[in-house]
Amino acid sequence: MERAVVFAGFGGQGVLLAGKILARAGMKAGLEVTWLPSYGPEMRGGTANCTVVLSDEPIGSPIAESPDVVMAMNGPSLDRFESRVAKGGALIINSSLIDRGVGRADVRGILVPANELARELGEPRVANMVALGAVVGALGVVPLAAVKEAMAAELGAKARGNIVALNAEALDLGHAKAEVT
Amino acid sequence: MADRQLMTGNEAMAEAAIRAGCRTYFGYPITPQNEILEYMAAHLPRAGGTFLQAESEVAAINMCYGAAAAGVRTMTSSSSPGVSLKMEGISYLAGADLPCVILNVARGGPGLGNIAPAQGDYFQATKGGGHGDYRLIVLAPSTAQEAADLAGLAFDLSDQYRVPALILADGMLGQMMEPVALPPHRDPATLPPKPWALTGAKGRDPNYIASFALEPTVLRDLNVRRHARYREIEAREVRWEEVATADAEVLLVAYGTMGRIAKTVVRRGRERGIRVGLLRPITLWPFPYSPIRKLAERVRAVLTVELSAGQMWEDVRLAVEGRCATPFYGEMGGVVPTPSEILTEVMRHV
Repeated sequence: MERAVVFAGFGGQGVLLAGKILARAGMKAGLEVTWLPSYGPEMRGGTANCTVVLSDEPIGSPIAESPDVVMAMNGPSLDRFESRVAKGGALIINSSLIDRGVGRADVRGILVPANELARELGEPRVANMVALGAVVGALGVVPLAAVKEAMAAELGAKARGNIVALNAEALDLGHAKAEVT
Repeated sequence: MADRQLMTGNEAMAEAAIRAGCRTYFGYPITPQNEILEYMAAHLPRAGGTFLQAESEVAAINMCYGAAAAGVRTMTSSSSPGVSLKMEGISYLAGADLPCVILNVARGGPGLGNIAPAQGDYFQATKGGGHGDYRLIVLAPSTAQEAADLAGLAFDLSDQYRVPALILADGMLGQMMEPVALPPHRDPATLPPKPWALTGAKGRDPNYIASFALEPTVLRDLNVRRHARYREIEAREVRWEEVATADAEVLLVAYGTMGRIAKTVVRRGRERGIRVGLLRPITLWPFPYSPIRKLAERVRAVLTVELSAGQMWEDVRLAVEGRCATPFYGEMGGVVPTPSEILTEVMRHV
């Protein structure tokens, strides 16, 4: 088993953090993982992405030619990665900011209004966790509970008040969107 | 399974250095290795060591010279253009027979280049980037775990042979995170003694450390003794990994980041029934000439893959010496070839 996920969006949308949390959850679940960020001269408002590979064997290439799941938090990310998703893979589309769906018949498109759902929770910054919940659902190789634990560990000392609980709710909301009905 | 931490290659090397007993670090910022300085600034003082951000790369390597002469485990790090600036100091360290660990988290070049992963510094690392007739022990990790393991080994080998050791990584390995099982902490007081170090001459004859000998026969003799140690290193310290070589028709030779990507090529090739194997040099100096030569006796082609125009390729051809075809595939400027592209190249030689 080897699966690759690309997280992409504007700098500041938390795509690198979402990837880190999935990588940490995979590690805790006993898998081999790699987390590879785009590390160009990037800034808030520019584009950012990272690739997470999860495997039950040592990982060769940390670059995914055909990711199984892509989380597109903005339009440019969908345009850039849509053609690369593996056949039978999934595209998580942040429909709060992207006004189109998937243009391919061989890929599952999951529309998640991540920003709106986050606002309904009262914390706009958890939009990335809503989308990550959908990624976890579509991917199906790391339990949601492990992702919640990894989220709490990754936020660590920065998490004050009910932040961990809010992020966990966000993960649940997104996860429900990706469940096959 | 040992407790694993999710770390970047840069952090893994920094933490492993501290655990190996490194107690002085001198550096100057440059992308993509700034996390090493940040990590050392935060953690080395807590281990009782000294972190110093020098005024330049040249200053940093000369601070290492001083710390090494005093017998302390010392390290500097930089990325390609910054490592070029250190070359004079590295030659002096070699000339003074001082141990030191240098990390090069290489980037695209030449010149200012860019910050993407590249392997264009192979010649500089393995063939003497500085002046004079010297060698560095050169280690090339391909994962964050191996980066941590080799950082510890670099200190041990450098002390044992009194030869500076360079770890040749690249921006991808420096920036990516993987699980790492860290080695235990070693107390510097328990490391092998350095009776040659400048520790104050109370109760003993003074030690003398310099890379300077005006009299040609004296300098010649120093070089002869040093080169005898190089021969010893070549005999004992060659390290490499082989994957699926037993029945290989095409042998890939690749190191570092390219070496791990080549593992994916081998796996995908084998899934399609292509008999492809990999030899991944772990020490770039001493270079695994002999294992490559042995495999060259029974494969059709040895395909070298690098993030350069073909630098290690020269050593591969020296190893093969015409026993089989020696094609090359590479990318430059920070472009990383995909497994599919490399596999297509492999197919041309089956």
